[in-house]
Amino acid sequence: MLFMGIDIGSRGAKGVVIEDNQIATAFIGDTGPESVKTSEMVRDNMLAKLGMDMSKITYTMATGYGRVLVPFAAENVSEISAHAKGAHWYFPSVRTILDMGGQDCKAINVNDKGQVTKFIMNDKCAGGTGRFLELIASVLGLRLEDIGQTSLESKKNFPFNTVCAVFAKSEAISLMKKGTPKSDILAGLHDAIAVRCYNLLKRVNIEKDFTITGGIAKNQGMVAKIKEKLGMEPVLAPDPQIMGALGASLFARERYMAKQNAAPAS
Amino acid sequence: MEANYGYSDGSGDYFIIVDTDKCNGCGDCVTACPERVFEVAPDDYGKKVALVKESVASKVSYVCPGYKPCSANVETTCHTACKMGAISHTW
Amino acid sequence: MPVAGIDVGSQTTKVVILNDGQVVGQSVMVSAEEAETGARKALDEALQQAGLALSDLTTIVATGAGRKDVSFAQKQKTSLSCLAKGINRLLPAVRTLIDVGAESSTVIRINEKGGVDDSIGHDRCASGTGAFLESMAKLMQMPLPEMGQESLKAQRRAEVSSMCAIFAEQEVISHVHRVPPTPKADIIAGIHGSMAVRIVGLAKRIGVKPEIALTGGVARNVGFARVIEEELKQKVVVPDNPQIVAALGAARIAQEEGGKQ
Repeated sequence: MLFMGIDIGSRGAKGVVIEDNQIATAFIGDTGPESVKTSEMVRDNMLAKLGMDMSKITYTMATGYGRVLVPFAAENVSEISAHAKGAHWYFPSVRTILDMGGQDCKAINVNDKGQVTKFIMNDKCAGGTGRFLELIASVLGLRLEDIGQTSLESKKNFPFNTVCAVFAKSEAISLMKKGTPKSDILAGLHDAIAVRCYNLLKRVNIEKDFTITGGIAKNQGMVAKIKEKLGMEPVLAPDPQIMGALGASLFARERYMAKQNAAPAS
Repeated sequence: MEANYGYSDGSGDYFIIVDTDKCNGCGDCVTACPERVFEVAPDDYGKKVALVKESVASKVSYVCPGYKPCSANVETTCHTACKMGAISHTW
Repeated sequence: MPVAGIDVGSQTTKVVILNDGQVVGQSVMVSAEEAETGARKALDEALQQAGLALSDLTTIVATGAGRKDVSFAQKQKTSLSCLAKGINRLLPAVRTLIDVGAESSTVIRINEKGGVDDSIGHDRCASGTGAFLESMAKLMQMPLPEMGQESLKAQRRAEVSSMCAIFAEQEVISHVHRVPPTPKADIIAGIHGSMAVRIVGLAKRIGVKPEIALTGGVARNVGFARVIEEELKQKVVVPDNPQIVAALGAARIAQEEGGKQ
């Protein structure tokens, strides 16, 4: 049986199909202005890769910011629970998750069953989200995927006393004018964001194992800083961005099975 | 589950915390809160619990004045209304 | 005895010169990269207006975010005490002062003597500050000073619910690109409204007592002043020169206390 999970994030749209507890296919694309169309695009891409149509998918669930706008999903689940389930599938030993998405940042504690025991989410402030890093990359004239590496080349951390994206941006501009190396500016900003992530994590319990999910986990500069603040080595999944979609597909399987068991034998 | 609703920005930490293991879903907090911050709905594991409305969570410090200022003006607060002691504030 | 108050803000530097209690010179200038240089320039302009020389001043008091960098001032005072002292002279009946500057917003409860009873500030986040308005003006491709007048034409406030300037930008863009687009005036009124909600939320935490005054550079925006009134459901007074209140307060402190530490 195949189960589908769709994660419509603020920036990226992700999908996973599982079969026999294996990932059959996954897809990552951009969230367009219309969530319904975006979700259909994710679905169709995965079905094409599998060479199947929707009738083969037993049950579908959606998660993420646009989860209520996925017309072909039977149910939806919060991104917090979905991330916890996805991370638990990859690493059953994981107890603490940091997820940095395009417009939010979350810290989650998960138990040995993959259930959330504690969570905190920050989606009000762009500081400490992927959006902040995007802005800084464009101010410095670098590609988003390169800023982490560039920050690691820094010899001197330039301290930023703000995590406000607006203030940090103007500070970065004035530092550039003064000739401060881009690597030092980036190291300072990565440090400020890591402190912010650490403060969020402190509100839950920081317990082993620890994992980072979301696109941010691909930024080596960021991972290094977070590791430094926590004094803990994270376990990293090969594709940290699909964690929410994976969790949704696992929820789809669980809910479907529960329904089957609950249904009276005919 | 200890659910933290809110955010921290430069000026401080603003979270309303609902301990869903303690919460019995009675909804007394829903009527007690003068700003109507709470609602009762099933969580992802099927338990009916109190939660902070999604529309409020992203501006909680502008909707809820914080526990101390509120308790000075209101007879029954979310904290006192909750017999299970499931609700707390960080500010 | 002439004295001066200098308010070094993140964006503008303000100077007021008092002589025997009368304002004889004042200036507002864009802050320089080096706070001290900017402060000197602004002071020189005010001195010229007053027909005085630097050596005539008996005491100089500095305030504002950059006050510690003004080495020629004898004293540094916090913005809070200077704002309270300043508004107490202009509008003695004011008990709640809302000051919205370029990178901070502050609410102060003031007693009859011009002392600070309570205060709450916000300076680590651009929401609810002039920086928020400035980034929105850029987005709307409209000069900042025109935003206030334009917003008065609004039929209703467009929804701008994000508290963060960066996220609000995306909301504003979607208003502009909507078919048909949301009227400009409504969008700006929405922007002012979202800022006002933040600041009024801040004010409510310490309690709002009449009379209420609005100061700081953002107070010059008539549309913003109006939505603050709507949110508070109370009358709000804006003094003639809402930017120089802290500098005036600093000058009053210079006059009262002299240069003694």
